[in-house]
Amino acid sequence: MITLKNIEKVYQTKTIETVALHNVNLHIPKGEFVSVMGPSGCGKSTLLNIMGLLDEPTNGIVEIDGLPISRYKDKELAHIRNQKLGFVFQSYHLINDLSVLDNVELPLLYRTGVSAAETRRLALTALEKVGLSARTKHYPTQLSGGQRQRVAIARALIGQPEIILADEPTGNLDSVMGEEIMNILLNLNRHDGTTIVMVTHDENMAQKTERLIRFFDGQQVSDAKTTAFDYQKV
Amino acid sequence: MLKNYLKIAWKVLLRRKFFTFISLFGISFTLMVLMVATSLFDHTFGPQIPERDMDKLLFVNMMREEHSEGYSSSGPPSYHFLDRNVRTLQTPEQVSINSMFFQVNSYINNRKLALDIKYTDREFWDILEFEFLEGGPFGQQEVAGASRVAVINENTRNQYFGEGEAVGKTIEVDQVKYKVVGVVKDVPVLRVNSYADVWVPITLRSQDFNKPGFRGLYFATIKAHSPDDVPKIKDEYAAMLQKLEDQHAVKGSKLSSFPDTILEAFARTFLGRGREPGLAILYTILAGLTFLFMLLPAINLVSINISRIMERSSEIGVRKAFGATSSTIIGQFIVENVFLTLLGGILGFALSAAVLKLINDSGVIVYANLGLNLRVFTWGLLLSLIFGLISGVYPAYKMSRLKAVEALKGGSK
Repeated sequence: MITLKNIEKVYQTKTIETVALHNVNLHIPKGEFVSVMGPSGCGKSTLLNIMGLLDEPTNGIVEIDGLPISRYKDKELAHIRNQKLGFVFQSYHLINDLSVLDNVELPLLYRTGVSAAETRRLALTALEKVGLSARTKHYPTQLSGGQRQRVAIARALIGQPEIILADEPTGNLDSVMGEEIMNILLNLNRHDGTTIVMVTHDENMAQKTERLIRFFDGQQVSDAKTTAFDYQKV
Repeated sequence: MLKNYLKIAWKVLLRRKFFTFISLFGISFTLMVLMVATSLFDHTFGPQIPERDMDKLLFVNMMREEHSEGYSSSGPPSYHFLDRNVRTLQTPEQVSINSMFFQVNSYINNRKLALDIKYTDREFWDILEFEFLEGGPFGQQEVAGASRVAVINENTRNQYFGEGEAVGKTIEVDQVKYKVVGVVKDVPVLRVNSYADVWVPITLRSQDFNKPGFRGLYFATIKAHSPDDVPKIKDEYAAMLQKLEDQHAVKGSKLSSFPDTILEAFARTFLGRGREPGLAILYTILAGLTFLFMLLPAINLVSINISRIMERSSEIGVRKAFGATSSTIIGQFIVENVFLTLLGGILGFALSAAVLKLINDSGVIVYANLGLNLRVFTWGLLLSLIFGLISGVYPAYKMSRLKAVEALKGGSK
């Protein structure tokens, strides 16, 4: 599904060169739920941004479905993001001027051939999946943190992407809300077969996923199946 | 998608009321000034009653004599010159000779009424399309017989006779009594070729007819059979003038006179030193002024837009993350900006209408009837769109260049 080969990411200013990622090699197969952990500044989010084609590596190759991405142009990258990827951010990144329903519909606005009626139907289905059918006309500022993140998940899944990239999705939430969000993601992975890569600081959350990759100073230091992941449910 | 953009645009406008006010004020004020200017331009140079067939009308208003001794003199042509040389041109359909307007006084109930009088021939009424409220123009017989008949305008009728009918009554102008034969709608003073309060037969100034010389107090109004004939008339006129110059008593003197449209005449007088066609310079100046006038508020809007759009970098990041291309983002912000400027345009129209009414009512321009006609409306709409594009393209382009990851972080590079 996603393969990273010799990925390097270097941030260069006039005086300082910062290596954010160094020689990262990864393969994430279809249907896997992977968590990425590590201390702040170790390159987790950079890794996720590169996987999500939101940022470019300084060196190395990103492959999605076996296709190398490096030579793609803006339009093609946008198309891949729209068709194959869904994002969930720590700070939700909802558009406050749009209603919950309009926020969820956003990815389908950039997909050709989907009618307005179909978009609406899919948005309502996505909101039902995350338990927010009653909040369609609300605005993000009228919702709690947990509800906002559920809207963000509905937005990520409306386009039925093969991969969801979640950057600390429970980072701003209390443990109860965090648990709710985690359950939604686990359900998506188990029932819909969505591949999920999740960056987290929370060891408990990470242990609920299938595979845990640890980073330190821009390098991958461990990559192992978790012990607590409930394979029976998969 | 458009609905989503417009929804966002509306919400953004409501959210930042101060920015919205500044933006809308800037746009509507600029547009208002441009609309009023366009309306004035249209009123002065565009087809208006009675000069409606503008593409077939030419006017001779000036004659310039450059003497070999180095001095020159210019002014309206003489009746003598026009009658012998312009009326006899072969290409035009009709030629009218009419005087400049002169200010004269009239008295009614011991109240002085300052009126502008113009002396015209019969052709004047055929060529120009005056709107008669009563009666009609004087005919060939009255002109030939130097009859004391007059056509007056609506304002003069109302001032002199009150609201009732005037045809058949007598008006005394400059101590001469005229029988009113027709009443026409007021013609604005800016249309110098047809404007007056009172029009009387040209033969009442027959003392001017045999004054020799090229310069005098008269204009010629020329009507072509078709717009295609206009260049031919100009050529025939130039050939006629060259012939006259060759026959000129003072050898080496140069004559300059041109049958021009109203706009050409204006440009030639003020920008072409009376000789060269100044139309290209005029258009360049007008375009430059319009551009400069729009540039300042556009720059202001660009900077307001940049800061307003910067606040929305997270939204740009999200849109990019979910599949928006750079060009889609540019499209979105241009749509939003065009929406804003069209709103400003609507306000600008309302403001323009109010200002034009104020100008009309104030009497600053005599008999002005400035209005927002369809042509001016189209201009205004076009200007709004250009304005929206000018002020929206740069910020939109700048923001669309942000990488999704930078935009999500708040736009810092």
